[in-house]
Amino acid sequence: MRPHVVVMGTSAGGLRALERILGGLPAIFSIPIVAVQHRSRDSELFATVMRGLVALPVREAEDKEELTAPGIYLAPPDYHLLLEPGRLALSTDEPVSFSRPSIDVLFESAADAYGPGVLGVLLTGANHDGSRGCARIRAAGGVAIVQDPRTAESPEMPSAAIASGAADRVLALAEIAGELVHRSQG
Amino acid sequence: MIRMSGIYERVDLPASLEGGGGLALAASGGEAGGGSEPAPEVGGPGRRGSTVAAAEAPAPFAGVPALERLEMELLLEAIFRHYGYDFRQYAPSSLRRRLKKRLEAEGLSTFSALQDRVLHEPASMEALLRDMSVNVTGMFRDPTFFRALREKVVPMLRTYPSIRIWHAGCASGEEVYAMAILLEEEGLYERARLYATDMNSEALERARTGIFPIARMREYTTNYQQGGGTRSFSEYYTASYGAALFHARLRENVLFAQHNLATDTSFSEFNVILCRNVLIYFDKDLKARTLRLFGDSLSSLGVLCLGRRESLRFTTVEQEFEEIDPKERIYRRTGLPRAPRETGGGG
Repeated sequence: MRPHVVVMGTSAGGLRALERILGGLPAIFSIPIVAVQHRSRDSELFATVMRGLVALPVREAEDKEELTAPGIYLAPPDYHLLLEPGRLALSTDEPVSFSRPSIDVLFESAADAYGPGVLGVLLTGANHDGSRGCARIRAAGGVAIVQDPRTAESPEMPSAAIASGAADRVLALAEIAGELVHRSQG
Repeated sequence: MIRMSGIYERVDLPASLEGGGGLALAASGGEAGGGSEPAPEVGGPGRRGSTVAAAEAPAPFAGVPALERLEMELLLEAIFRHYGYDFRQYAPSSLRRRLKKRLEAEGLSTFSALQDRVLHEPASMEALLRDMSVNVTGMFRDPTFFRALREKVVPMLRTYPSIRIWHAGCASGEEVYAMAILLEEEGLYERARLYATDMNSEALERARTGIFPIARMREYTTNYQQGGGTRSFSEYYTASYGAALFHARLRENVLFAQHNLATDTSFSEFNVILCRNVLIYFDKDLKARTLRLFGDSLSSLGVLCLGRRESLRFTTVEQEFEEIDPKERIYRRTGLPRAPRETGGGG
């Protein structure tokens, strides 16, 4: 089935990976993309930087913002970002695996809210965030794509997800944008 | 008839659709990667034969088994009717996460089992309440917000002979102490009265002690300085045994009291209301109700402060406020009459 939402998670090395993937998407890519990138609390520059690199509209998520318009929604620093049916939600609950925003929190809430309509993409990173989330996406009928660790600046995060059997597809960084476009066409 | 205004109330799944969701779940256990095999659609009855590729939204909470959704609704209903705490209009995703955590901590596997336990063991309910009211807070969180308070709100407050401030959902009180410090430094503390409320009496007990972990003082000190603090932050507390005890003077003009935003009403009129990162835990309707409560509790030109990622956009009270600092989410009631309240209605 054509995904209803794409959720992405990345940590160390993420800016370049996101640039590569999101920059490779056409401006007409119509499925909303919700992304968590671990980063320090102060780096609110991130959205600004991304805006310069990507054809799609980029915004920092607001609480209860409707998830209807295409584009890229970034988790704001120091908040968890969750999905609800049709909208975004934030929380200041304690960090999960030392991270806030946490990839697992986004992915698990996406799996709950959208079930088989979720396409998860887990990218480069130096910790184990995202493995549980990918497993949940799969269990709820969605699809989890994991970056090939050999193409990742920091291979630990994708490797952990693959090792735990949470990946449907393992793709090289260069292949992911094309895969998203392919899947967006149903 | 039992009133069931649970968090999934508006889902209204036809029975046939629910079956479809279950089918989709069962069918997707294996490799979903190929993409050649058409997965069962969840959107069945709603599709009206459309051939356009436009994505039908999956049924709300398509990833949660229907039985689990029912059990969670019943749990919230039971808690409300037995204990009076109303979580039925909390934002469902965070609520689910917190309740799942409680489930794990109790070593239980279903919300029905958790319902049984919290109804019969008050200690278990207390633990749940603690989970539900965890509000990760701190002193001078978002320093730029406190700087904006000093620069844009304090000058207004100076013109008042007395100042009434409400911290709604104050949790363990860090922000109340931060506010007291700010007012003290601006020479306004003497004439200020701070009302700090939370639904959780345990958190209020902690807030009253004025004791906070020493480990966080370095972070608070940085925040304080960035937020426009004019003294040495360590002047405000005494360190001993790994704790920082804040000076009693800072709570002389503070009244801590239990108040539940989901069920209680307005209790006074204020010049400033702070409610930061609380409304993110409410659903759209409860947020709207709470904002109306704040509107009713603010004096003319009263100031409302929300969290950095919360806003009044798309709410019924939006017209009654103007932005003082859009980035820091500081609003002021305009002189306009309040919108009629009877209509209720959502955002």
